[in-house]
Amino acid sequence: MTSENAMLEEFAQREYEHGFVTEIESDAIEPGLSEDVVRLISSKKNEPEWLLEWRLKAYRHWLTMEEPEWHNVKYPKIDHQASVYYSAPKKKPKLNSLDEVDPILLETYEKLGIPLHEQKVLANVAVDAVFDSVSIATTYRETLEKHGVIFLPFSEAVQEYPELVKKYLGSVIPTSDNYYAALNSAVFSDGSFCFIPKGVRCPMELSTYFRINAENTGQFERTLIVAEEGAYVSYLEGCTAPKRDEHQLHAAVVELVALDDAEIKYSTVQNWYPGDSEGKGGIYNFVTKRGACRGENSKISWTQVETGSAITWKYPSVILQGDNSVGEFYSVAVTANHQQADTGTKMIHIGKNTKSTIISKGISAGVGQNSYRGEVKMMKGATNGRNFSQCDSLLIGDRCGAHTFPYIEVRNTTAKVEHEASTSKVGEDQIYYLRQRGLSTEDAVNMIVNGFCKEVYDVLPMEFALEARKLLNVSLEGSVG
Amino acid sequence: MIATEIETYQDQHAAFQTGSSPDWLVALRQRGLDAFTRLGLPTRKLEDWRFTNVSSLTKTAYDAGTNGLTAGDTASSEAIAEASDLLQQASLDEDYHRLVFINGRYNEKLSQIHDVNSGVVIDTLANALSNRPGEVQQQLESELDFNDSAFAALNTAFVGDGAIIDVPEGVTLDRPVHLVFLSTGSGRTLSNPRNLIRIGKGGKANVIESFMGHGDSYFTNAITQVTLADSAELDHHKLQHEQVGALHISTTGVDQKASSRFRSHYFSFGASIARNELDCLLDGENIETTLNGLYMPTGDQLMDCRTRIDHAMPHCNSYELYKGILDDKAKGVFNGKIFVREDAQKTDAKQSNQALLLSDDAVVNTKPQLEIYADDVRCTHGATIGELEEDALYYLRARGVPADLARQILIFAFANDVVQGVELPAVRRHLESVLLDGHDLSEDIL
Repeated sequence: MTSENAMLEEFAQREYEHGFVTEIESDAIEPGLSEDVVRLISSKKNEPEWLLEWRLKAYRHWLTMEEPEWHNVKYPKIDHQASVYYSAPKKKPKLNSLDEVDPILLETYEKLGIPLHEQKVLANVAVDAVFDSVSIATTYRETLEKHGVIFLPFSEAVQEYPELVKKYLGSVIPTSDNYYAALNSAVFSDGSFCFIPKGVRCPMELSTYFRINAENTGQFERTLIVAEEGAYVSYLEGCTAPKRDEHQLHAAVVELVALDDAEIKYSTVQNWYPGDSEGKGGIYNFVTKRGACRGENSKISWTQVETGSAITWKYPSVILQGDNSVGEFYSVAVTANHQQADTGTKMIHIGKNTKSTIISKGISAGVGQNSYRGEVKMMKGATNGRNFSQCDSLLIGDRCGAHTFPYIEVRNTTAKVEHEASTSKVGEDQIYYLRQRGLSTEDAVNMIVNGFCKEVYDVLPMEFALEARKLLNVSLEGSVG
Repeated sequence: MIATEIETYQDQHAAFQTGSSPDWLVALRQRGLDAFTRLGLPTRKLEDWRFTNVSSLTKTAYDAGTNGLTAGDTASSEAIAEASDLLQQASLDEDYHRLVFINGRYNEKLSQIHDVNSGVVIDTLANALSNRPGEVQQQLESELDFNDSAFAALNTAFVGDGAIIDVPEGVTLDRPVHLVFLSTGSGRTLSNPRNLIRIGKGGKANVIESFMGHGDSYFTNAITQVTLADSAELDHHKLQHEQVGALHISTTGVDQKASSRFRSHYFSFGASIARNELDCLLDGENIETTLNGLYMPTGDQLMDCRTRIDHAMPHCNSYELYKGILDDKAKGVFNGKIFVREDAQKTDAKQSNQALLLSDDAVVNTKPQLEIYADDVRCTHGATIGELEEDALYYLRARGVPADLARQILIFAFANDVVQGVELPAVRRHLESVLLDGHDLSEDIL
């Protein structure tokens, strides 16, 4: 194996291809956090009084909270006063059409493979592009409006549909939920708002593309998706950031609400800058994601492919409130080099006949540490509740770690919960077999890893599945030995 | 912990310390008390105590036995009469070595130690401490980590009696040793037995610990320290039948060297709160560790089972099966940790936890936990929680078995899986009859 080792070390310098910086003048506020900063962000966005009050309440609560330490990741304490909480490209605040978008920005997204010109756009995907703290363009807006679908940057939704925003904002994740959710509620800058009215099947996939560009900036976006009775939407989220030596904080909040018979499918390909091979730099991705199946027969499905970030820390969850509602969680989390991930899900079964499925695939390489942490709760009313969880870990190299922390709580006799976990390594015999058949070691490993993750790829929308597969191959280059 | 409670223990401790103990022991107990004072009783904010609430302890001042520890009988005749009564129920086989402890103190009258091979020591800690303290000093002082465990610290503060089993190299102990811990009287007694088990190279032994009591308000806080040298073998059984109002907390620490084999059989039936911690360090190659457990809380009982298997070296196997049957408003907690250290390649660890809920008011919290730092390992864990299989019930009913009986048979079968792992016939018979009585079944179904 030594020759293979040497050969593979060569590939070890994985390239992060989205690491460039866009030179654009930005309108940023001074670093630091205080009530005045919260007021300033709110006034820059011309927000109504109730939203400012909401932010201030969150901020005041945040001050009383302590940074959590129960997770299985290590990082130096974050100085929240050193971060910039608002940064926007200098340009007219409101754009009427794409032609008015700064060409440099369009170029940036072009480079990232997200063309914002509608005629060129991937067929049938509407994109909301968020650059640092603000949304710069949303495509296909008119087409969507015809169907009654509202897909807007959050800040515009606040102006145009204040009643809807007010009704659902914070209804799934209250401002006091946790440390980072409270921080996000206080200073969130932009994000996407999406509303699918009763009976509408969203005609195209909706997508938000997040880009951190400015230095020392934290990105705090907020996404809110509401699917009314019988509605359906498939939503994609992608993200990248430039290579920088400092760590940057990304603390987002995503809330989903599904009413009777509604279905929301939320897919993420997370590719924030993971830091270099020494563990320098990279994004701290501390995200709170939660969906509420409020109505009967509703369904929320989270799919995530986590390849980026120095530290990933998120637990997309589903509250299964309505009878017969369904929650799903499919995840592939890769930690290579010095990356750390503590991720998983929570399924809270409240209603009758609720079902949930958890498939989590963790891959650790280099000195990466990968933890699955999940909770399945069957409340008293969850008659005939059913859960199946499977968490598999794959280890590549002898200095990485894989950990599982599943919590199971059952309060109903008719509920059934099953949990399975396994940890294994890419077997020498498997590689040997494939090499005998003419594959290079690297291709062999890619093939094994892709096979390992297949169950998750199968539920990703097609373009994303391809991207995820490519990303995973890049992430794992050279980590085999 | 309310300040006055700590003072209670401090006062008792001061009285307890006066005596002719060697300096190191006085210092060790003091360290235990200091750690306990510093830590206070665990609250639910601690991850390891999230589901187990021991706050009721702060309301009660227990008597840790301040009348000094002397070898020999300190129990009153009343207590002995009560204890003999209990002993009848605890008794397994008259042929076994038997050490009986009443409220944490050895009682010679009720005990029975047969002649043993030369080199084998079956004795009490109190005796060893007064006659040859040097022999137990190292094991008592060894790394029992009471820095994060308030209860281990409390036990150390009052350490004074318990059993000592020493099996030298190459010796197979002639018969099992039965340690019986009885609590008598209606007072709020706290007993802190400390057992030391050492098996030398290639030695073999069978040990059974039974816990029983009268009265509803006592508290048992036991620690057993096991050291297994190369190729040593130990089957350790624990039968927890405490009175239903009692509190039972126990910690067993096992230090295993190369090629040794440890099998633990834990059966938990009694106490209002029963918490059992089992810590195994696999510090050598080719070790085999088997942990089997069965917990059956009913009423308002809470049973908390914690196991921790630390694979520190390569080529070791561990197998774990824990089953729970919960009825009424009972609560069950299972936390099984498996660590695989960086060097522990070729580890094979299997863990399975199954729980059966018989009532809608029962709650079970399960947390299997794998932490793996080596790559060439096979670790699996599975957990299932649910009710009895519809299909199996249907099968029995189709063959004319009444619904009630069919249920009982299936519950018995579920539990009996763990009992069958026990090799000592007397222990197995005892457990089978406990299960049958509990489910009103006749022996015919066996």
